[in-house]
Amino acid sequence: MNGTGSVDYLALAPILAAAAGVVAVLVADLVLPLAHRVVVWWVGVAGAGAALAASLALALAGEHRTVFCTPAGTLPGGVPAGPSCSYVVDRFTTYLLVLLSAAAVIALLLAAATAPREVPAGEYTLLVLASLAGGLTLVGARDLITLVVGLETLTLPTYVLVALRRGDRRSTEAGVKFLLVSVTASAIMLLGMALVYGLTGSVYLDRIAVALAGRSELHDLPLVPAAMVLVLAGFGFKVTLVPFHWWAPDVYSGAPVPVAAYLATVSKAAGVGGLLLVILGAFGGYGVVWGPVLAVLAAASMTIGNLVALRQDDAVRLLAWSSVAHAGYLIAPLGVAGSAGGRAVLDVAVPATLGYLALYVTVNLGAFACVIAAGRTSIGGLRGLARSNPWLAGALAFFLIGLAGLPPGLAGLVAKVVIFRATLLGGLGWLAVVIAVNSVIGLAYYLRFAAALFRSQPEGAVERRPAAVTARVARPLAVAVGLVVVAAIVLGFAPEWVLGPASSATP
Amino acid sequence: MIVVLLALPFAGAMLAPLVRGDRAARWFGVAVTAMTFAVSLTLLSGIGGPVRGTVDARHAIDVPWIPALGVRFHVGVDGVSLPLVLLTTLLCLLSAIYTLTALPAPGKAPLLTCVVLATEVGMLGTFVALDLVLFFVFFEVVLLPMYVLIAVWGGPGGRAAALKFVLYTLLGSVLVLVGIGTVYAATGSVDVVALSGRGGAGIAHGTQVAAFLALFAGFAVKAPLYPLHTWLPDAHTEAPTVGSVLLAGVLLKMGTYGLVRVAVPILPDGARAIAPAMAVLAVAGIVVGSLNCLVQRDVKRLIAYSSVGHMGFVLLGIATLTPTGINAALLANIAHGIITGLLFFAVGAVKDRYHTADLPTLGSGLMARLPVLGGLLLVGSVASLGLPGLAGFWGEAFVLLSAFQPASGLPGSLFTALLVVAGVGAALTAAYFLRLLRMLVTGPDVSAAAAETSGGVGVVADANRVELLAWLPLVLLAVAIGLYPKLVLGLTEAPVRALMGVFGS
Repeated sequence: MNGTGSVDYLALAPILAAAAGVVAVLVADLVLPLAHRVVVWWVGVAGAGAALAASLALALAGEHRTVFCTPAGTLPGGVPAGPSCSYVVDRFTTYLLVLLSAAAVIALLLAAATAPREVPAGEYTLLVLASLAGGLTLVGARDLITLVVGLETLTLPTYVLVALRRGDRRSTEAGVKFLLVSVTASAIMLLGMALVYGLTGSVYLDRIAVALAGRSELHDLPLVPAAMVLVLAGFGFKVTLVPFHWWAPDVYSGAPVPVAAYLATVSKAAGVGGLLLVILGAFGGYGVVWGPVLAVLAAASMTIGNLVALRQDDAVRLLAWSSVAHAGYLIAPLGVAGSAGGRAVLDVAVPATLGYLALYVTVNLGAFACVIAAGRTSIGGLRGLARSNPWLAGALAFFLIGLAGLPPGLAGLVAKVVIFRATLLGGLGWLAVVIAVNSVIGLAYYLRFAAALFRSQPEGAVERRPAAVTARVARPLAVAVGLVVVAAIVLGFAPEWVLGPASSATP
Repeated sequence: MIVVLLALPFAGAMLAPLVRGDRAARWFGVAVTAMTFAVSLTLLSGIGGPVRGTVDARHAIDVPWIPALGVRFHVGVDGVSLPLVLLTTLLCLLSAIYTLTALPAPGKAPLLTCVVLATEVGMLGTFVALDLVLFFVFFEVVLLPMYVLIAVWGGPGGRAAALKFVLYTLLGSVLVLVGIGTVYAATGSVDVVALSGRGGAGIAHGTQVAAFLALFAGFAVKAPLYPLHTWLPDAHTEAPTVGSVLLAGVLLKMGTYGLVRVAVPILPDGARAIAPAMAVLAVAGIVVGSLNCLVQRDVKRLIAYSSVGHMGFVLLGIATLTPTGINAALLANIAHGIITGLLFFAVGAVKDRYHTADLPTLGSGLMARLPVLGGLLLVGSVASLGLPGLAGFWGEAFVLLSAFQPASGLPGSLFTALLVVAGVGAALTAAYFLRLLRMLVTGPDVSAAAAETSGGVGVVADANRVELLAWLPLVLLAVAIGLYPKLVLGLTEAPVRALMGVFGS
């Protein structure tokens, strides 16, 4: 399977499953009469489910698989390089494959109950599956070209997804804004990648690392760190790190809520995966450059995200700012790179980021799912939810408190412990203190939101009870919420199921 | 057995919201807390005898929990933790019994039971945990139920007070997490037994001071230590009676217990460096708390501030870093839990009856109107002000004694000076409790006149049988420990001596 001729289709099975899902949805949407459109959802869920099954199979097999390889050769400057591959299935890849496809299954279920006017079934499923295929490509990519292809395939469908709400100016505006921001980010990142290619003469991540380490004339070249920062900035947009975050609140709140959930979980997780691949695979020797940069960006993200979230009165905007803050927590462990500990601290930091990512995606997906199920997004409108639907209010409060990192959901708490442990092991005491202060700020708004659910509606406000207030939640949505609740509880008591695989998943 | 101890209230908290009916839910709470109390009593067996090692945990269970982080589910009890475990299960049981007769507005007994039991899980877990991460998890479990308890069943300002409480104490607990992480980074271990055995060996002085500072600040918020105490009066004033009792009786002890169990033995160098500052702040707390008490109009607020003073004594005892001081601190800890629990019960009952806790409005002569309730307040007050023969005396007296001779390496003259100031604080304690008694309990009965002019107060009933059942155990314990302090000291002495072996005194 190392030859250039044969292709290991097993390694590509998750991507192929998602792509086959795209085709199946397209056909189903075309041939099925309007009355049976609901089948399209199930076709889509089946596609994502097949991708999940294939990912799980790869993860359990645990084999190292490689596709599209190049034999060993010599890089410009006379640096010898071993054989390199474009797509690799290792523990890092399978970890993220499982996470992305599982989250996509939930994201598809989330929209299944939304009105067709809000989210058309065919388009939504098709685009989510296409985007998922991009994400699955991204996390296995080991060269810059595949990486960019994966990232663009991940992002392109989301422009349309954001603008999916027909005839809604906010949705369209969000779509245009998202398009412009993403294109700019891509352009910046491509510029950085072009510089890297020009400097090293290779697009393979491992060869870039070899070239950067082997050619002494590159060591003092200021262009190298400049190129890295450009690439980092591109991924910064994707994972909503400050100062590349400002699009997120507008886009999240303008888009249909299931799409916002998708952006905040699947898309962000894939972005983190890409970031990890580049900084560790290609720029591993330059931790001194990107480590401190990421540490500062992480501190800024959590502080700004949390402070602005304090003043939000729309649930989705609040979750958007909170996702900016969580991007900071996510990246914080990587800030230890380049400190005295050397490579050893990264062996703790990367599993911490990966572990946090999975726990965060679970809890955040749950929060979005509950907001969708409640059918309203203003926090004022969600007041008194506990009266009309105590179970849903309880679940939403559970997830919000989990995002704040407090019990009863131990998942968020363990995630917090993981982050603290990694930053302190790396010797970044100041960052740990920043995280500590931020978790207090975070609790203030999560708790305010959660408490509002259990408060009665103000007397004066004559609430025209919209249909969504009714206690019943559509079945697919209820299934999604139930699945995430169970996952969050189980991961709380047995975090090893996530942290164990994460600990051996450093790329 | 310890697993049962934790599982019982946990299962109870899960099931309580499903119980239909206020009455059934309250009896359910009594049943669960009673069983938990019984289980905690069985832990007494196996305690005592010679102490092997620095921490000799009995009934220990040690299984892996999160291998990726090296975290184990390691629990056990020794003479240091068991008195607090018993205090917790007892106060929870008494709170549940008390709730039978006085369900605070707005009712919702199933939820109240759930919240109290959830708090119990967190408190017990904190006291039995022997793994730092596990300790931290349980430390945080308490926050949210207590928030709900104060916010839902609290007074008009309950929500704001609850938010202040939860944000302050969360800041405290994340600082604890920072401290734990620093210890882990320096040693690669989170096991309390192993770390106590090391006695700080291999941790650089600067790291020890930094880690101790983080842990100390975190526990100081909880304890609370002046000047981090400002959440406490609000929380106590607004909390329902049950909340005040658990808050003062147990929650504050989590801070002092953390210092004794975690901070001091694991980071002895850090403790030596910070102890003088800790002692100064502790004494400042004694004086500030007492002075505040002198001018309070609200009875609950007064008792809350008195807690600041009493916890100051406990912290001063710990700051001496001697076995005598720590034993005294643990004794004062327990005594404060019993006495303040009793006082909050009594004051809460008064407030429930008159719908005010304002001293001038309540008027004097409670003893004449409600002899039983007045008598209880009298007993609680004199116990709290440290009358010899009652529980409050021994702990604080021993603390003052131990401050004469702090551990070697600590500035003796500073401690002597602090001792004098703390003595003045003790006198102030007597002064404000006597003021309380004069204004509220003794003196002529003015209520008749007041009732005529305002037409408000009217006749209220004295303590009923259920209330007496809930309170008498505390009175008996206060007397028993006062007459025979070895009840507690017998448990704590040997383990504390082993724990403090590293200080060589």
